[in-house]
Parts: sequence; structure tokens; C-alpha cells
Amino acid sequence: MADITNTTHANRARSASENPVKRFFRATEIDTRLLGMVGAMLIIWIGFNILSGGLFLTPRNLWNLSVQTASVAVMATGMVLVIVTRNIDLSVGSILGFVGMIMGVLQAELLPQLLGFNHPATWMITLLAGLLLGAGIGALHGAIIAFLSVPSFIVTLGGLLVWRGATWFVTSGRTVAPMDATFRLMGGGTEGSIGATASWIVGVIACIAIVATIANSRKQRKRFGFPLRPMWAEYFLTTVGCALVLGAIAVVNSYPWPVAIARRYADANGIAWPEGGLFIPHGIAIPVLIAIVVGIVMTFISTRLRFGRYVFALGGNPEAAELAGIKTRWVTVKIFALMGMLCAIAAAISTARLNAATNAQGELDELYTIAAAVIGGTSLAGGMGTIAGAMLGALVMQSLQSGMVLVGIDTPFQRIVVGMVLVVAVWLDTVYRARAK
Amino acid sequence: MTDTRTPLVEMKNISISFGGIHAVDNASVDLYPGEVVALLGHNGAGKSTLIKILSGAYKRDGGEILINGEPADINNPRDAKKYGIETIYQTLAVADNVDAAANLYLGRELRTPWGTLDDVAMEAKTREVMGRLNPNFQRFKEPVKALSGGQRQSVAIARAILFNARILIMDEPTAALGPQETAQVGELIKQLKKEGIGIFLISHDIHDVFDLADRVSVMKNGQVVGHARTEDVTKDEVLGMIILGKVPEKAIPGPGAMQTA
Repeated sequence: MADITNTTHANRARSASENPVKRFFRATEIDTRLLGMVGAMLIIWIGFNILSGGLFLTPRNLWNLSVQTASVAVMATGMVLVIVTRNIDLSVGSILGFVGMIMGVLQAELLPQLLGFNHPATWMITLLAGLLLGAGIGALHGAIIAFLSVPSFIVTLGGLLVWRGATWFVTSGRTVAPMDATFRLMGGGTEGSIGATASWIVGVIACIAIVATIANSRKQRKRFGFPLRPMWAEYFLTTVGCALVLGAIAVVNSYPWPVAIARRYADANGIAWPEGGLFIPHGIAIPVLIAIVVGIVMTFISTRLRFGRYVFALGGNPEAAELAGIKTRWVTVKIFALMGMLCAIAAAISTARLNAATNAQGELDELYTIAAAVIGGTSLAGGMGTIAGAMLGALVMQSLQSGMVLVGIDTPFQRIVVGMVLVVAVWLDTVYRARAK
Repeated sequence: MTDTRTPLVEMKNISISFGGIHAVDNASVDLYPGEVVALLGHNGAGKSTLIKILSGAYKRDGGEILINGEPADINNPRDAKKYGIETIYQTLAVADNVDAAANLYLGRELRTPWGTLDDVAMEAKTREVMGRLNPNFQRFKEPVKALSGGQRQSVAIARAILFNARILIMDEPTAALGPQETAQVGELIKQLKKEGIGIFLISHDIHDVFDLADRVSVMKNGQVVGHARTEDVTKDEVLGMIILGKVPEKAIPGPGAMQTA
């Protein structure tokens, strides 16, 4: 009893001596690192907006940015788990290329012969085959790493060459096009967006989910009598979360279809063409929706499932994990299989977006994916990283690239800048972590 | 050793070698319920290796292990845990980057009916167990890395006793601790003894364990020098066993005893 009173006093004393900013962060349990990244991203956005004369922060550019980020963001969520366990995967770009090519051949050349052109089942069969193939390739890598003890760097470096070569081999370097009409929706574009009404519905569901999650966690903690967040902090988090979601929806809903497409649509559906043009909002692009769902599922896997717990324990102390009776080798195989599956999803997004499968698809994506994860706070020393951080990292990388294109910086300089930003970001992170200790 | 009860653990003629070096050579030790046996020896004497065979971290080349008189098949840490053998390693073997509850339940997580981790229930149980061991412990949400040596040690111990261990192996349990924390661990060992748990204490420092142990078994160069009850021998005599392999009169010599002739 004495101890409880003592700690309460200590806590009270501690909170009294803290300044309001510190108290705010402790009460809301906001990750200051993540907040720093959001801040950096806002600086990038505002900077490019000024430099490009207001072209960056337009609904159109932000919508495009979200679509361009989707593919790397999907892969970055898996790369977090790979890096957390002190591994690396250099083959994701090549797996993307190979799986994309196989999916391309399947839907453009094989399935039409069997099922007929634009059969409704084509996209499902294609995607399923891609997911299985990706998982298979990943599991193969994982098995070699875990059971034959070849370092992941070497296995996936080999994979980088093997699968890129295989991509080339499948069609002897020929580009495969066009993709199935339904499959193409996964790539975004005017057709591949869900429209204003559906977007608002998604937004409202997201807000309900935020409220439910926060309320549920409070209820759980109350049930066991654990310390609770102050009520104002709960309200604050709920409000900010919902405002961000609804704000993003408002942005994508204010980007209208291009005039030509809107006109064709109006003609086809017998809608009279109004004087000021027809305003049909895009809404959320399907690839972005896919990426968000992947992010949520991966966050769930990494924080709520036993598998995720093992991944982090394995990264923190492989020996301890092994001694605790965890089948560490199988965990490694599963991580790489999962990574392969995510590559397949990314492959679907990028082939659908391009409406073609080429043998150069996904080149350098492994580096952007790793960079996104690392900028997003995944420690190469293992044991640390979040899915949300990696996705935000992907968005930061893409913002830089899109921004430089908008401002008119040449390609060679773009790469130089991205390279330097990566190094500086990791250095800042090192400084931050050293101070946090 | 007139004990007629069945020993909790009997390791008989255990051998293991790494690349031609006999790390443990024909070693036998035993442990009775509610007893503390200190396994002593220099660094590299083979005591940690011997005990890692019991905890399933290494596979023995020869010999057998009996638990309650029955042959036990221990090939990995999971097998050992099935027999109620829990180990606290010298390196503590905690995952630094996750919190106390995650470490306590590592490998045996509680799950909700939907198959997800039941973090709240795990935290509740952790608070209960840690409250018993170390009432001052309050940092449940922080990664274990942020804790002091003693706090980390209490996490490791809590982890071992959480699952009703019958046999507890402690490898240098007090090596990383201050005097006050060492005393705490001593109290804890006495408490566990009362509950009928058999404890192996491994140490290269006799002063750490002499007062806690009922018996000592000394190893040297992979072999057992001898066994003795702590009430029958002095610290100096035990030191002689450790350093020279010289077995005092009241002790039982093993295969590693210095040949006196």
C-alpha cells in the first residue's frame, strides 16, 4: 500500500515539475519521432509549394502523390519486418518485376485464350496467382536464409539478379500490354477511383473506427485498473484523427475528372453538358485504398498477433527469442513470404497503373523501399520500426521526387538529392536516439 | 547423501564436445525438491554448458537425463519447459526492445478468443507477479532496455516463476547486481525453496552462492571434481576443489578429482 501512495506522489511531483509541452506529449502518448517526420514532410510540402508557385499543394498534385506512393508504401510495410529482424531484402524490385510480368502474361495472353477477352474472373485469377508466386519466391529466399544460414544480404542480392533476369526471359524482353480492364482499376486513374460518396463513407467508417479503438482501449485499461490517459487527451486524439481523415477525403474529393473524360462520360450517360463543365470528383484512388488496407492489416499483424511479437523479440535479441522456445527459423521464412506477397500487391498496382508489364518494372524500387522504411524510423540494428512510420517515409520520399519534378530539377540532381536526404535523415535519427537514451 | 527420495533431476554421465574439445566429459549431477545446488567452477569449466543441456539449448552427445526418476527427452528449450525447467541465463536473455509483459510471456503469449494478443491480461498478470517480486517496479510500458540491471533481473526471474517452474536454473544470477539487489535475489531463492522448487545456481564466485546453497557440485575442465554438503565443508575447501581439483574428506569425489597417490 505504501508503495502505491509513494508512486502516486512521485508521479504527481514529476508532472508538476514538467513543462506543459512535455506533459502534453506524455498524456497523449504521441510518438515525438513520428511527429517530427510529419513536421519534416510539411516543410517539404510548403517549400515545394512556394518554389513551384502554388502547384504542389493542389488537390490534383496531392491526389497524384498518393497514387505514386502506394506501390512503394505497400512494400515498405513488409520491409519493416525484414529490417526489424536484422535482415535486408534487396530483391523486392526484381520480385515486383517478375511477378508483374507473370501477371501481365497471364491476363493479356493466357487467360483470354481460355476465358475470353475481359472475362470478369481474369483479374481475380491473375491477382491470386501473383500473390501465390510472390509468397513462394519470398518463402524460398526465407528458407535459404533461415535453414541454410546464408546471409539475407547475399540471398536477396542473388534474388535481385535472378528475378530480373527471369523477368527478361519470360517474354524475351517484350513489353506486355494491355492489361485486363478490371485489373487496371487497381492502378488508379479516373476509373480507378471510388468517387465522392464512397470516399465520404470510407471517411466516416474510419472515424467510427478511431473512436471505437480509443474507447475500447480505455475500457480495457479501466477493467484492469491501469493508469488512464486524461480525458482531454482522449478527446484531443480522437478529434485530430478524425479531422485528418476527413480533411484528406475533402482534398481527394475536390480533384475533378479531366474535362475530356467527364465530357465522354456525360455523353455516354446522356447527361446534358452544363456551362461551367461537369464536376465529378475522383475520390480516393483504389491503389491508395489498397495501400491503406495493407497498412492497417500489417499494423494489426505486427502489434496484435503473436507472429508480430516474435518478429520484434527476434530483432531485439535473437538468442533470447530462440531460448524462449520461438521457432525463429519459421518466423524468418514467414517474414520473407509475407514480403513476397506484398511485392505481388505492389506489382499489381504498378502494372495496372502503367497498363503494361515491362522488364524494367520496379528497378531501384528495392532502394526506395529500404529508404522509406529507414527514413520512417526502422533501425537497421534491428528491433525497432513501425508500419505507419515506413508508410510516412514512403510518402516523404515520393513528395521529394514529385516536388523536384514540379520545380523542374533534372533527373540526375533528383537522385543526388534523394541520396543525400536519406543519409541526413538517418543521421538526424541517430542523433535523436542518442539523446533519447 | 543418504537421501532416499527420488531426485527431481538426475543428469547421468553427460558428455558434449565442440570440435573435438570435451566441454563436458562424463558429468553427473542431481537435484532434490526444495534444494539449492550450487554448480561451481572456473570460467570455461563446463558448468554453463552442462546446464544448457538441461535447459535444451544444447544437445548432449552422450548420457541421460532423468526427471522424477523417468528418462526425459530434452532436445530444445520447448521440451525443457514442458518438464517445468526454467532458466535464467547469465546474459538474462530478455528481448531489450519490448516491455516487461512481452518478455514475461515471450513464447507463451496469452491470447483473446480471436487469436490476438491479450496485452491487457498479460500486463495485469505481470503487474501482479512483479508486485510480489519487486514492489517498487513501475515501468511496465517501457522497453526492458530502459531498466536497471536489478529490474531486468527481476523481469528474468518473474518470467521463470510465472509458469510454475519446478526446476529453476540460475546462471550467475547476481553477477550484474548491486548488494541490495543481490540480497533481494537471495530472499527470493529462499522463498522459492519453500515452495518445493529445486534450484541450480551456477557461479564462478563461491561467495555469491555458498550461503544460499545446500550442496555444491564443483566442475573443472569439463569434469565433475566432486559433490559436498555446504555444512560439511568450508569455503576454503571448496576453493581448493575449484582451483586444484582437491577433494576434501567429507565430499564425494567425481571423475575429475585430483589423483592423490
